[in-house]
Amino acid sequence: MPSINDILILLPEVYLVVAACVLLLLDAYLKPGQKGTVHWLSILVLLVGAYLVVSGSPTTPVTAFSGMFVRDGVAEVLKLFSLLITAVIFVYARPYLKERAIPFGEFYTLTIFATVGIMFLVSAGSLVTVYLGLELLTLSSYALVALNRDSRLSSEAAIKYFVLGALASGMLLYGMSMVYGATHSLDLHAIHAAIVGAEWKTLLLFGLVFMIVGIGFKLGAAPFHMWIPDVYQGSPTAVTVFIGSAQKLAAFGMAYRLLSTGMGDIAGGTSGLAPQWQLMLAVLAVLSLAIGNLVAIVQTNLKRLLAYSTISHMGYLLLGLVNAGPEGYSAAMFYAVSYALTSAAAFGMILVLSRSGFECEEIDDLRGLNQRSPWFAFMMLLVMFSLAGVPPLFGFFGKLLVLKAAVDAGMLWLAIVGAVAAIIGLYYYLRVVKVMYFDAPAEGTDVRATADAPARWVLSINALALLILGFTWAPLLAWCQRAFGG
Amino acid sequence: MSNHLLSLLIWLPVVGAIPVLLAGAGRPGLARWISLLVAVATFAASLALLPAYDAATGTLQLSESMSWIPSLGINYSLAVDGISVALIVLTTFVQILVIVGAWEVIQNKPHQYMAAMLVLEGAMVGVFCATDAMLFYVFFEAMLIPMFILIGIWGGPRRVYATLKFFIYTFFGSIFMLIGLIYLYHKTGGSFAMSDMANVHLTMTEQTWLFFAFLLGFAIKVPMVPVHTWLPDAHVEAPTGGSVVLAAVMLKIGGYGFLRFSLPITPDASHEFAWLIIVLSLIAVCYIGYIALVQQDMKKLVAYSSIAHMGFVTLGIFMGFLLVRETNDPDAARLGMQGAMVQMISHGFISGAMFSCIGVLYDRLHSRQIKDYGGVINVMPVFAPFYVLFAMANSGLPGTSGFVGEFMVILAAFSANPWIALFAAFTLIIGAAYTLWMVKRVLWGDITNKHVAELKDVNGREIFMLSAFAAGVLLFGIWPEPLVHLMDASVARIVEQLAITKV
Repeated sequence: MPSINDILILLPEVYLVVAACVLLLLDAYLKPGQKGTVHWLSILVLLVGAYLVVSGSPTTPVTAFSGMFVRDGVAEVLKLFSLLITAVIFVYARPYLKERAIPFGEFYTLTIFATVGIMFLVSAGSLVTVYLGLELLTLSSYALVALNRDSRLSSEAAIKYFVLGALASGMLLYGMSMVYGATHSLDLHAIHAAIVGAEWKTLLLFGLVFMIVGIGFKLGAAPFHMWIPDVYQGSPTAVTVFIGSAQKLAAFGMAYRLLSTGMGDIAGGTSGLAPQWQLMLAVLAVLSLAIGNLVAIVQTNLKRLLAYSTISHMGYLLLGLVNAGPEGYSAAMFYAVSYALTSAAAFGMILVLSRSGFECEEIDDLRGLNQRSPWFAFMMLLVMFSLAGVPPLFGFFGKLLVLKAAVDAGMLWLAIVGAVAAIIGLYYYLRVVKVMYFDAPAEGTDVRATADAPARWVLSINALALLILGFTWAPLLAWCQRAFGG
Repeated sequence: MSNHLLSLLIWLPVVGAIPVLLAGAGRPGLARWISLLVAVATFAASLALLPAYDAATGTLQLSESMSWIPSLGINYSLAVDGISVALIVLTTFVQILVIVGAWEVIQNKPHQYMAAMLVLEGAMVGVFCATDAMLFYVFFEAMLIPMFILIGIWGGPRRVYATLKFFIYTFFGSIFMLIGLIYLYHKTGGSFAMSDMANVHLTMTEQTWLFFAFLLGFAIKVPMVPVHTWLPDAHVEAPTGGSVVLAAVMLKIGGYGFLRFSLPITPDASHEFAWLIIVLSLIAVCYIGYIALVQQDMKKLVAYSSIAHMGFVTLGIFMGFLLVRETNDPDAARLGMQGAMVQMISHGFISGAMFSCIGVLYDRLHSRQIKDYGGVINVMPVFAPFYVLFAMANSGLPGTSGFVGEFMVILAAFSANPWIALFAAFTLIIGAAYTLWMVKRVLWGDITNKHVAELKDVNGREIFMLSAFAAGVLLFGIWPEPLVHLMDASVARIVEQLAITKV
């Protein structure tokens, strides 16, 4: 019987679901001229949600609904950043949605529901909660991708996403059923205990492989990356930015819950399945780093380029997970946060530069940006160097941590693969900088930031944060380490 | 104040770049004056290092330390020894001349140019101050960004190719160094302090891997044969100021890195592979000298001559191992090392001056081809003596700073192995050949190109810039004592370390 205490632990989630429903109703009753209210309200809703996450944060991990829902440091970090980044995305999205007449209400409500999905996913204490959170997140995302009903690309992307996503969900569920069969439990801690005591592990390994397929799909790690470029390119950019940033936090949370809490090792021993999944993740990491970076080189579409860059970044995130210890998890979480912030700024730039009739999607659209809008060219420069991992920008320190995690795990070779991949990746990020700074603006084009002032301001803060956090990342790292008991 | 002098030197130009960018947009005059003010202030602050630094002991001084990332043991720790002080003063000095040199020349977005230069200056000073390996790495990489922009925006026709090559090449070298540093961090048990890394015990295999990781990072920066190919491209395409900074300071960072990382951390591997470095250095001195001889482009010629001159730096540094560990002659090792350091400073002045001279000619005729000139002395009588002086210094004429360092290295080489000295001494012939032949074709003879006949002589701004370089070249050529004294104790400490084995 759920007690009031359980509900209190879930307060941020409960609050957000209620708020999203209210927003949906409100949107239905507002006159077309007043739709802007929904925008500001939904940002407020998210910020209040972020406040609830932080204010009610317990000092020790607590669980609700007999262990199905966990509220601990990891969940706190991931939830807080998901909410904040989603709020930032809403600011970026407004001018874009307005100019393209994409329905406001649906976008905000669906995104908030998806965020609730992220929150459940990262707080999962049982297989059911993982699946529940994942489905809430992905079903909302399918609809979001298809939001631009008149666009063929958008519909095509939604269908692809849906078909592949359903397949991956099925795989995940299949894996879960095997694990359930072998351990007779859905609770992740109980599964862990059962695995440690198990003598016959073949069925568990099969289950593990299928679950890794599901995780790999959600992360967008090669070879489960096929959906990423098409969905990134086809979705309205306002949706791409959400899929490309906040959702990466969810993917990390899901991987951590399933692999570490459910199937990891006990500190100091190797009786879980970590040695098995470490190797699988290492393979995924190498493939992602190679495919993501190599294919990104030939892209001409900026959104596609960022899509392939995501794949390679997930490879780096996996380097942290491969470590399979608290240091590695905190490095991977740090990486996820730093990547989410950076990619929010990268897609935010596309949103801010695009206007009706001009999507600013091609790399060539940025030609000569430094002549037209030196400030935003500089912001994009920061974003690109952060993605490339050049110090003193934030992105470098994420890379440093995951490379260190790989070396600590005794996988020096993997760190070297990561280093080589960084060199390859450098080329296409530099190419974007080159187009902005070294090329003259093309005749007859006029690329400049036309978005409203809040979007421009928030984007500037977001991009400058990458520089400032490059000097002041110690608290964030300490916070990540604390979350994993470091 | 005095205990934050180093931080001031690093952050003053970086912070100074902000008003240049903000106030200077649309007001080029203001941007120029602010950046000149910042550069002069930084130089003045760097002069304060000279009395503050006690050259007699040669230890790391003026240290500052502050925890940066406590959970990883990364510190913001700075300190300088005599070598760093000399290089920092060189950096801040050259920076003023670069800003003066760009005054009227850079018309396209001068505020961005000046700001990039100032950020670059801060990062370079940071490299010379850092005593935490991670901090060093951050500065080492951070300086690529402004340089990338400088070459890419204000460079010549093939600037995009050159700047991409420059960035990727350098990044390629340093990323393996990063892995090496992470490995060392692992070995020291959680410290990035360079002194801890120097004390950690390493097997020969580990040292060998680390040595090559460092070699890749620093050899590309120096650059050494065969990883020098980015340099001629970068130099030819870079704007004059970019070339000057690249040659005068950035190349020195490679040599400096060897001193700070390869020598103390991997002494046995460095000894084992000293022959490799010596051979590569001699190839740079002789073979690259020949390549310089056939260049048609003045900038390319000076770029190749830079590679050849930097060969003396790596030669002087690594010859120390032969002298200390094999012929047991620490005095000669000290002489060679000293020579390498003097060569670094002297080459900073000479190459900066040569590139500035070429810049002066290029601004007038918009050509760097030697064949387009000839008889310049007839129309530019004030400019010509400067050009001749710097060319003489470049070929190592006694009385100029170019002679001192090379002579010391050659002298030390005799104690190590006369054959090394013989090949090293080739530079006196080849260097004279390619430089003087260029002077002959550019300055002397009859005017064949009608555009040359219309050349205007140098103006006051350019005379100031060239005189400042000339003062440095002559001062350290005639009276190198203060410079040698400044670095001597620090060099002696490094030479002492050479004998300590880790295995």
